[in-house]
Amino acid sequence: MRIYLLLLLLSSIVSHSQNCDLTLTGHIEDLHDNSKLAGATIIIKETQQAAYSDLEGVFTFKNLCNANYTLTIAHPECLTLEFEVKMTKNITKTFKLEHHYEELNEVIVEGTAELQTTESLAESKINEATIEDNSSKTLGDLLDRVSGVSTLNTGNTIVKPVINGLHSSRVTVMNNGVRMEDQEWGIEHAPNIDVNSASSIKVVKSAAALQYSGDAIGGVVIVEPNRIPVKDTLYGKTIMNAQSNGRGGSISSRLTKSYAKGWFASVNGTIKRYGDFKAPDYILSNTGAYERGASARFGINRFSSGLEAYYSYYRNTLGILRASHIGGAQDQLTAINSGQPTIIRDFTYDIDRPRQEITHHLATLKGFRKFEKLGKLSFRYEFQQNNRLEFDIRRGDDANKASIDLELTTQAIALDLDSKLSDQINLKTGVLARYQKNFADPNTGVRRLIPDYDKYDLGIYGVTDIELNSKLTLEAGLRIDYSLIDALKFYRTSFWESRNYDVLFADLVIEDLGTQVLTNPELDFLNFSGTLGTKYSFNSKNKLFFNISLGTRTPNPSELFSEGLHHSASRIELGDLRFEAEKAYKLSLTYQFNSDRFGLSINPYLNFINDFILIEPTEVQQTIRGNFQVWEYMQTDAVFTGIDIDASYKLSERLSYSSQFAIVKAYDENDEPIISMPPANFRNEIVYQNTNLNNLMFSLESQYVFRQNEFPDNNFDIFIPTTGVNETVDVSTPPDAYHLINFRSSYDIAINSKSTLVAGLTVTNLFNTSYRDYLNSLRFYADDLGRNILLNLKINY
Amino acid sequence: MKNFKLLTVLFAASLVLFSCSNDDDNPAPVNEEEVITTMTAVLTPVGSGTAVTLQTRDLDGDGPNAPVVTVSGNLVAGTTYNGVMTLLNETEDPAENVTLEIQDEDEEHQFFFIAGGGLDVTTAYSDQDADGNPVGLSFTVTANTASTGTMTITLRHEPTKPNDGTLAGAGGETDIDATFDITVQ
Repeated sequence: MRIYLLLLLLSSIVSHSQNCDLTLTGHIEDLHDNSKLAGATIIIKETQQAAYSDLEGVFTFKNLCNANYTLTIAHPECLTLEFEVKMTKNITKTFKLEHHYEELNEVIVEGTAELQTTESLAESKINEATIEDNSSKTLGDLLDRVSGVSTLNTGNTIVKPVINGLHSSRVTVMNNGVRMEDQEWGIEHAPNIDVNSASSIKVVKSAAALQYSGDAIGGVVIVEPNRIPVKDTLYGKTIMNAQSNGRGGSISSRLTKSYAKGWFASVNGTIKRYGDFKAPDYILSNTGAYERGASARFGINRFSSGLEAYYSYYRNTLGILRASHIGGAQDQLTAINSGQPTIIRDFTYDIDRPRQEITHHLATLKGFRKFEKLGKLSFRYEFQQNNRLEFDIRRGDDANKASIDLELTTQAIALDLDSKLSDQINLKTGVLARYQKNFADPNTGVRRLIPDYDKYDLGIYGVTDIELNSKLTLEAGLRIDYSLIDALKFYRTSFWESRNYDVLFADLVIEDLGTQVLTNPELDFLNFSGTLGTKYSFNSKNKLFFNISLGTRTPNPSELFSEGLHHSASRIELGDLRFEAEKAYKLSLTYQFNSDRFGLSINPYLNFINDFILIEPTEVQQTIRGNFQVWEYMQTDAVFTGIDIDASYKLSERLSYSSQFAIVKAYDENDEPIISMPPANFRNEIVYQNTNLNNLMFSLESQYVFRQNEFPDNNFDIFIPTTGVNETVDVSTPPDAYHLINFRSSYDIAINSKSTLVAGLTVTNLFNTSYRDYLNSLRFYADDLGRNILLNLKINY
Repeated sequence: MKNFKLLTVLFAASLVLFSCSNDDDNPAPVNEEEVITTMTAVLTPVGSGTAVTLQTRDLDGDGPNAPVVTVSGNLVAGTTYNGVMTLLNETEDPAENVTLEIQDEDEEHQFFFIAGGGLDVTTAYSDQDADGNPVGLSFTVTANTASTGTMTITLRHEPTKPNDGTLAGAGGETDIDATFDITVQ
């Protein structure tokens, strides 16, 4: 202070020789929210004159000459910057500074709702620490921690998130701003994302996040990479896991380099390898997994503009329980009645057939520029390629060939504008064009499950939020999507005729091959989606959110074109060309209470879905391989009702307790329960954490999953030649309720001033309980996972 | 709607330019290579008499049409028949003889013959795989007393071998499962 005053004094003495009577008045503002920055230090390089900005962010230099000056502006919370000013007359000028992101120290309490994606919905966020603790898991397992989100499994490595009872094409997954196009339509198609590439994962349980999609009638999962600070730094982290179940582990590293000029680069790599997993009583043969992921991004991030290139590679080889690959209904009966897998072999790391080999490439180039009046304008180009190989048990020359070989290539360009119309009104608008091509390789020697198709999408949206007063915020948005699917599909002539398609769609046939017909369906959909909502803050502790959203979803290729045997389910699945788009009207209410010690969130919802597409058994079909149940996709009007509750209580400085409960009920238009609804679940956790003792943490978690008592009866009878009687194949009855206890602990060890090692020990299914889960499609054949002891080491450097 | 279509295609056209292999050729049809459409068991009596043919034929595979199951005639009581099995994939032209594939992989396959509903016949295997276990591509059927009932023939892929001769004991996956109505007179 004194020095500056001295300088100021000196400089005024020095600069007197010219005709120097010009005045520079400056306003210093934050680039993000235009708030006034007080206490900044401004130095003129040439003259060493200095000044401070006052409470209004204003500073003044008098007696400047007709010359060029260089200003250095420094602020404790901002990056120091230089500006050139040419003085020819008295000038008043605004200078913008940007706050640092203190990323490394970012602390976000898990489960705390943050308002970013939408204004009128409470969203759930999984922070980086939780992602790091679960570094060895799948995205689905991680999301299971959010109330109202459960998982749909095929074994323990293929895990899909289910949001309020809805999944697959009804859940949009955003990866670094790009909508994942990874053949998400199938039940046994897990999201192709390495969780280690993420720094935060958010869940919006509604279609209201219109800037991402209009068809996410289940919700949106937003996976975001680490934000990189604009300063000269180099940092990284490595996480290692070793676990008893699957006798494997994972290693993941990330390195980030950034410069004060805005340039940055970050690379990330993960390898996970597991052998056969184990239920409490037996090995789950052929359930190993081998996952590899890498991503890199670089770019420049300035105050008012930025450019980023991002590429991620993901490859996963997943074994599917050998005992789940069965023939017809009689095999199914044997498998279900046997009580344990019909094939149990010794432990191995080998991943045999049946298995999946998935490769996903994602590349994006994006840039933004901030305009004073217009707002932030962003541009994005994205490219994705997803290749799915499924290997089945086959015979002869085909034994080592894939049964399914699909390549889905998606490209899109998007333009988004984020404007601040006034201090109270924000407007987000944007347009997106997407082209997608699916190629099904005929060399598999198996009829195409999904046909070759081209899909064109055009979307446009606008979402505005208006802060009416300090307590009440309104939000409204509209999105229009147009989709055109141009497919080339071979139908079996017998099916084509049995569906009466030969009369209804005779003009679609472009080639008749006798037993098959080649058709060219061109289906187009014009979909409207919208959101309307409000947030009311009673005071700093109590908040209420209310939102009505309309989500409209184009039927996916599986629902439209399926026609044939689905091996892993041992059933014939039939789609329907005549489907309309699905329309969901969701009402969501959230009450939030947050005080220093107590947190509560209650979120009841009601989701009316018109033309809801579901798959139901219709008959038993005879084939030379025996009898198979036929499941047909149908449309019905469905109603989903549910409630998600989160509560947390700080018992003392070191002891906290949290609780979660979620239940959903869903019925079709005949008041029949809808299949595969997550049963009610209740999760309680008590955590001890001592920050004075190297962050020593112990946690005990109880997870109780109720039995699903509401389910449709899809059982069917088959004739058993050995005994000469009919027996019932029970494919409906859900398994019993189960209760798991999990233990976690961790301890920080300081290595040096910059690096910390966090060591963790986790035991899941502590009591090695045998259980089966209703939403695991392999529940008919085997128990779920037994006890798993996991050692986790994390080092930041 | 038409305008939207045009607009969308125009917008997407720029993206199409990026993707190289945008040929307008029709995709090649896939003829199922692994499907067994037809199983024929020819039962030739030892000594004199008329041969009996059991056949199941399902030309549309997993399609909606049920297999056509035929039995050419009745068995004669007190007669032993030598059975020979032929498996075809008739979705291909000319039809592929799948019997040869089964022969090549006979350790991984086995037929099971189960008489039910009061049919009084006895079956036995006439062939063995390299490990000395039965396969069932050739077999014998002995018609004992006059009776009617069913004969179910099942082909299992990757069964436990050796096994106790029952389907439950063998496990594996069903490749063929056909039930024939048989009369012994």
